[in-house]
Amino acid sequence: MKTLQAQGVKPVDSHLQANGKPWSVKEKLLLGLTPKEYIAMQVRNPFNWLLWIIYAVGIPVLVGRFIFGLGWVTHSSYEYPWGLFLGWGLFTMVPLSASGFMMGTTVELFGRKDFKPIERLGLLNGLLGYLFAVMFLQVDLGQPWRLIYPMFVSLGPAAVLFLVAWHVATYLSCQVAELVPAFSEWMGFPKAKKFIKSIVLGLTVAGIILSTLHQGALGALFTYAPGKVHPLWYSSPFQWFHFFISAVFAGLSMLIVVSTLCKWFLRWRCDDNFLKNLNTLTLGLAKGASLALITYFVTKIIGIAHDGDWEYLASGWGQWFMFEMVVGVLLPLVFYTVAIKNQNASLARFSAFLAVFGIALNRLNTALVTFNWNLYQEIPHWREVMIVITVYATYIVVYRAILARMPILYTWKEQKQ
Amino acid sequence: MKKINRRSFLKGGLAGGAALAATGAKTASAAQDFGGYPDSMGVLVDFTKCVGCRTCEAACNKEQGLPEPEKPFDDQSVFDEQRHGGLPRRPTEKAYTVVNRYNIVGREHPLFRKVQCNHCNEPACLTSCFVNAYKKTPEGAVIYDPTVCVGCRTCMIACPFYVPAYSYSSAINPVVKKCIMCYDTRLKFGRPPACVEACPQQVMTFGKRSELLKLAHQKIRQNPDKYVDHVYGEKEVGGTAWLYLSDVPFDRIGFDTHLGNQPIINYVKEFLTVVPMVLTIWPALFTGFHLLSNRKDAKKNEETKS
Repeated sequence: MKTLQAQGVKPVDSHLQANGKPWSVKEKLLLGLTPKEYIAMQVRNPFNWLLWIIYAVGIPVLVGRFIFGLGWVTHSSYEYPWGLFLGWGLFTMVPLSASGFMMGTTVELFGRKDFKPIERLGLLNGLLGYLFAVMFLQVDLGQPWRLIYPMFVSLGPAAVLFLVAWHVATYLSCQVAELVPAFSEWMGFPKAKKFIKSIVLGLTVAGIILSTLHQGALGALFTYAPGKVHPLWYSSPFQWFHFFISAVFAGLSMLIVVSTLCKWFLRWRCDDNFLKNLNTLTLGLAKGASLALITYFVTKIIGIAHDGDWEYLASGWGQWFMFEMVVGVLLPLVFYTVAIKNQNASLARFSAFLAVFGIALNRLNTALVTFNWNLYQEIPHWREVMIVITVYATYIVVYRAILARMPILYTWKEQKQ
Repeated sequence: MKKINRRSFLKGGLAGGAALAATGAKTASAAQDFGGYPDSMGVLVDFTKCVGCRTCEAACNKEQGLPEPEKPFDDQSVFDEQRHGGLPRRPTEKAYTVVNRYNIVGREHPLFRKVQCNHCNEPACLTSCFVNAYKKTPEGAVIYDPTVCVGCRTCMIACPFYVPAYSYSSAINPVVKKCIMCYDTRLKFGRPPACVEACPQQVMTFGKRSELLKLAHQKIRQNPDKYVDHVYGEKEVGGTAWLYLSDVPFDRIGFDTHLGNQPIINYVKEFLTVVPMVLTIWPALFTGFHLLSNRKDAKKNEETKS
């Protein structure tokens, strides 16, 4: 697109072309380029070649999983029933997608309209993260076609996973509704936008409730396995709170990471409103994230003190735990603070990458690495890893496609009719 | 649909209240502990008697219609098998019970330990299942309905004994596989499970759990030098239908002695109590925050209107 822009091509940002004729949906989908230009642009991008390689290996493996069963792609472990699909796809993707409810709360509930330029990116990051968490779940479930059973066929309302299932489903529809305005602008349905505007407060409050509970519930799922997760990563009274509060800085940091990637790789699609405000907004998000980080750190220590786990800190597991806390929590906290003090957005961005790494490490540690710490270590099967990479690549493709089209990073120019 | 007016609403409310008052006459107890069905059955296993003949494994295989094993049931070489991480054999989708050998220094013979589902009084698998596939029957068995299983495998995460196995090999209909104490074919009719009946050494005693506990403690009292003074399963994770006696400390024959006496659901309750609070308090709290933080805008709007 950079090459095309140099030639004077302007991406679609309103209903009308330069000559006054309206864009058709097909033209909008092709970003206002001719099919030839569009394909040439896709081939020029080296990142797409990488995607083709991933798909060439990954799609056959993914298809194989549904033909030959889970036993073909995993180690079929009875001790480690949950592997990377959930460890990465559910337990890591969901906290990284908490940005949706965080931005909704900031802008709509607390009335911080100055965060508006990045609100939609936060909402989209939330929606897609959840959507692909469900995709990962569908790969992992033994009988994915029975996904609706806990909703309508056979209900087990006392189970934590029941809550997760219902909340993720309700929250997904909530997030779709929150993004209807962007879609309606792009398609030209002003009525839908108006309707959502009238119920946006309700949607936002619903988003907070659902997020508090299901982010917490993902942690609470591990309270079913008190002896299996290592005590440093387990605390039955605090588990849900640790997962919830770490999701707050995870979502905010992920939003900084994604906005940074957009600034680097999708600059042609960002308008001035987004680019000019981005540094200030990044520091604003950093403030929120650092507050959540310090809360998380303190409650983590309270958890250890409450459960009397100090002695474990001296073991090998303790060193691994301290590595996670220093690199994934304390360093981001320090960097964020310094960044805010010196108005240094680049440092805040670096810190966000660290925090995202830290949260992934924490979730994988809880679900896989320290799980069954008394038994043995499970190394995922290569096919399992390949499927995770393939589904995640699809997440990136869909994410990029939506960002290139809908008014997320830029403001749609409305014409008076 | 019938429209609900004020009158019919009141009527319905009164009827509901009356119904509640009628059913609410249950005896109140201080704590909501389940503690198991009073007349549930169980099995007492005395490891000192087991010779490792694997007859129980064969009986289980036949009773449950399981596939033929790779090695015949009289093949003793299975005792040398090791799984990932040096772990001994365990129940699988093809075998709901297995016997393992433990060579104990100073003991005349090796000790043989039978493994199968312990049929907890308050099963973790049951409480973790979001489609309610598990059921604890009044007879004591923990049974499972494969027709509703989605395959999330949370029960395998939750089971403190690592019992449920999963048929990963099936692409079309993978389900959880575990011992059901021969509920369908035997227990329902008051008969002991196939493994118990088949045992040539009378290692296992079938009976009411409460009676078995008395018997177990009586045995320990009569032979204090022989048995370890512990009935495994009496209190562990809220008590199990299968109870064990041993002459070797339980932690040396693969039992987890750090499970605690609380049912697993107690660890989850801390979160479950948070749920209704968040659901009821959050809406008012956050709408209130909204009103507070936007009061300036609201004022401005009113001024421009008037």
